[in-house]
This record gives sequence, C-alpha cells and structure tokens, in this order.
Amino acid sequence: MNGKSRVAAHVRALPFSGIRKFFDIVAQRKDVISFGVGEPDFDAPRAVRDVAKTSLERGETHYTSNRGDPELRRAISRYVARQFGATYDPDTEILVTVGVSEAIDVALRAVVNPGDEVIYHEPCFVSYRPTIVMAGGVPVCVETRREDQFRLTRAMLEKAVTPKTRVLMLNFPCNPTGAVLLQKDVEDIADFCVKHDLLLLTDEIYAELTYDSKHFSFIAVPGMKERTIFLHGMSKAWAMTGFRIGYACSPAEISENLMKLHQYAIMSAPTTGQMAAAEALDHGDEAVAEMRAEYNRRRNYLIAAFAEMGIPCHTPAGAFYAFPYIGDLGISAEEFALRFLEEKGVAVVPGDAFGACGAGFLRCAYATSMDNVREGMKRMAEFVAEIRAEKKQ
Amino acid sequence: MDELLNILKTNARTSDADIAKMIRATPAEVAARIAAYEKAGTIRGYRALVNADHLPDDGVTAVIEVKVQPEKEGGFDRIAKRISAFDEVVNMYLMSGKYDLLLFVEGKTLRAVASFVSERLATLDGVLSTGTHFMLKTYKLDGVLMDVDKTDDRMRVCP
Ligand SMILES: Cc1ncc(COP(=O)(O)O)c(C=O)c1O
Repeated sequence: MNGKSRVAAHVRALPFSGIRKFFDIVAQRKDVISFGVGEPDFDAPRAVRDVAKTSLERGETHYTSNRGDPELRRAISRYVARQFGATYDPDTEILVTVGVSEAIDVALRAVVNPGDEVIYHEPCFVSYRPTIVMAGGVPVCVETRREDQFRLTRAMLEKAVTPKTRVLMLNFPCNPTGAVLLQKDVEDIADFCVKHDLLLLTDEIYAELTYDSKHFSFIAVPGMKERTIFLHGMSKAWAMTGFRIGYACSPAEISENLMKLHQYAIMSAPTTGQMAAAEALDHGDEAVAEMRAEYNRRRNYLIAAFAEMGIPCHTPAGAFYAFPYIGDLGISAEEFALRFLEEKGVAVVPGDAFGACGAGFLRCAYATSMDNVREGMKRMAEFVAEIRAEKKQ
Repeated sequence: MDELLNILKTNARTSDADIAKMIRATPAEVAARIAAYEKAGTIRGYRALVNADHLPDDGVTAVIEVKVQPEKEGGFDRIAKRISAFDEVVNMYLMSGKYDLLLFVEGKTLRAVASFVSERLATLDGVLSTGTHFMLKTYKLDGVLMDVDKTDDRMRVCP
C-alpha cells in the first residue's frame, strides 16, 4: 500500500458532517437535555405500528416492486393530490425510496451532468452539498438571512444563476432555520425556474409542520409539475424516521430514470415500512394534527423564552427548529454549544454545521418534551446571563 | 377545543406564565381566561392523577352493575338520583345492555363495600339485582399509563 489510502480521492475530499463531531461529544455525557435531535420525539402512531405488525405476521417479508408497492403508490398519489394540488400517476410518476435521503441522492445523480451547477440555499440540511458534489455537480450556494426570515427571494437567485445552472434545490419548511416560503415567494421562484429553464428539486419533507399558514407547494403552481422533482416522506410529520420511507414524484421520463438508479442500488424500499406508510397517508391526518399542535406550543414557548432573554430569533414558521442568533454575546456558536453542554447539560447545535452563514446561530430542535423545553430554556437564561456577566468584566 | 384547556387537561399545574408562552398571550390574559372558565363552571376543578397502587393499603374500589325497575313516570331518573347521592358512589353511569346502572364505589375495606351493597344499595326499592366486581390493579387512568416510564432512546444529536 506504501501508505497510500485505498479510499477514492474524491470521497476522501468530502468533509465529515459538522454535526457528527458534536454528536460524539454529546454522546459521552449523561442526562443531557437535547435540542439537538432532528427527529420527532413522538413514536409513530399506534395504528401505523399495528399495520406494520400485521404485515409481518402475514409474512410480507419479501421485496416489493422496484417502484414501490402499488397500493402505497396509489395512497401517495391520493395524498399528494389532496394536500398539494397536483396529480401524479402511481404507475409512471411515483418512486418509493429509502427516506428522502435516498430520493435526494438518486434525483441529483439522475439529472446532473458533470460540471452542471446546482443552486441550493444555506443554512441547509447537511447532506445537500456533499450529495451535489458526489453527483458530479457544482454546488452554488445562496445564503439566506435572518433579516428575510431566512426566506429565499428571487433577487438572490438571479445573482447566482449562470448559463451552466441546471438545477435549483430547495427545502422549505427548512431544516435548520424553520423558515417557510409564502405563496408569493413560491410563485416568484417558480417563475424564475421557468425563465432560466431550470429543473426544480424540492424537498418538502416538513410540509405538514407549518404553524402560521398552510404550506404552499411548488407543484401547485401551474406549469411547474413538468419541471419539478417533488420529494416527501414519512419521517417527520408522521414520526416514522425508523421506517425509512420517502418518495419522489416527477414526470414519467425522469421518474423511470430515478427508478433505474434506485433499482440498481436499492432494489426496493423496506416492505414493512411501505405497508405502514400507506396506512399513515390514508388515515394519519388526525395524528399529524395532534403532534403539530404540541410542536406549536413548544415553538411558541421557545420564541417567548428567547425574547425574554433578549436573544434575537426570527419566527420559525415551520419544521421543528428554532434558529436563534447568539452572535451578540461575543462568543462563537461552537463555543456557546460546547460550554452550554459542559456547564448546564443542554445540547444545541452550532448553526455553522449547516453552512458557513449559520455562524452565530444555534439550531434548537423542539422535538423534545414540554418539560425539557421549559427546563432547557431556564438553563439557557442562566447561561446567557453568566456569559453576559463574564463579558462585562 | 381551546388550547388553554388542552394544556390544562394535560397538566393542570402548568403556570400561567408558561401557558402564556405556549399560546402567545400574557400571563394576565391567561389568568383572566382561566377565571372566566372557572366562573362559568367549564373548569370544574383540578386534581392529581394518583396511582393508588403506589400507596399503602388505602381502600378498595368496586365496579357494581345494578339492574333497576324503571318507573312509569321519570324512568330511571328518580332511583338513579337516589343512588348517586351516596357518598360511597364516586362515578355513575346509565348504561345500555344487560344492566342499567354502572357504579364506581370506594370503601375502606372489602367488607365495608360489601355491607354497603348488601345493606344499603340492594335494599332500595326498585333495585332488582347487583353484581359487584373489585378492582385489582390500575394499568391506565384517564388516558395515562400508570407504570411505564418511557425512555428516550433516540440519538442525542442528529441532522
Ligand atoms: C430537510 C431534510 N431532508 C431530508 C431529510 C432526510 O429524511 P429521511 O431520509 O428520514 O426521509 C431530513 C432529515 O432530517 C431533512 O431534515
């Protein structure tokens, strides 16, 4: 080997996720109140789990069709039509994937030619940039800002677009900022895509979790369906992260090529999860509404608590993340997070784990009990007061 | 249902200040709304959900099925009111099916409940028969599981 690595150079060049380092530190501590968890604290709804059990008892332990179980694809088609206002053919336009994670990966690999530019926004979900790179694309980042409530505007996009831009990749409601787009933003950005003839990859995995207004999807805009890959999944709103089910809706020509990649890499998404997902889509609205109501109480609590501490925070209108700004305290987000964990036993994630422009922010996931929210905010108020006192000396 | 009531029904000890944060109101507004609910009788009281199995022997609860003779005028109401007035009866419902009234009766000892049934309940005019079942263990009370402490086994930090 002569000391040479056997790992491919382009993979070695890929950085480890910033959140991972933090995970290792938190994992060593006991009794932590964690605002670091990007998945629901609720278990999947009882009825969903029961369907999974029944499916196993029936011996449904085999592959499904590559595209996904036909019954589930029909359920997805019905659900997407009723929630988001676009109709997809279950036989030719829907692919069931191993979470939205896989859907992002196959979608990018299917549409990016080497050297194509892909515009995405930061702060964003940790996999976006590496997945674009691994697909051979050139990531072009647009930074969203607190002044704009972390919304993306057409003006920002116009600055980033070049003749090489091929794909626009979005995630609203957004992890980690909790930002949402309003109908007007969506229409403007849709128009931008048409004008520059871009393909839109829209990850709407938090669509059901909006608190101040109903989610407005890109596929509801006339003319967008033809140029959009719409990604969604069961992980967040239905609290089904461990089932590993997502899906991609796209025009037939794209869909069959997504299917090709999926087929060679994965065969088919987990069968038990697919059965459970069909139940959740057809009968899960009430369970989703209950969880949303509880997230909303926690969100409101956080916003009020930050205001009391004098910590600026835009109103996070979706997902289950708040993104307060602690830059005025005179310490970095990383130092804040490390010391807050060390001194008060509370975990938050430094905002720059989600892109450089997240510096000075913290991601606080409120997928944790009200008791934890209350206690965690009490400790944060103490900690912030201590930091301020230190800085005064 | 009003969010305020949802919160109090889940945890009646949530402070006005905390409720205010959760529903984006002021503590004074919360206090005023709670006072209004109390005045209107919508909120009838606040009490702890106690798991009796954790306490030293503090009495027994029996569920009693009662068949009664309905009256020409007023049906079950007169006799039902009479029975529900007993201090020993803590919950009572008129039921469809094989019997008419379902009573939850609390007493200090098994014998105390037995003598309540045989000497005071069964002897009432209009009571045709009774069937008494003693409760052995509480698994769930008002939607709350009594003996599980769920642990959070999620990863502590994840994307
Ligand atoms: C924006 C976003 N997209 C995709 C995912 C991946 O979800 P899954 O693969 O569980 O569907 C997550 C999970 O945190 C996310 O926040």
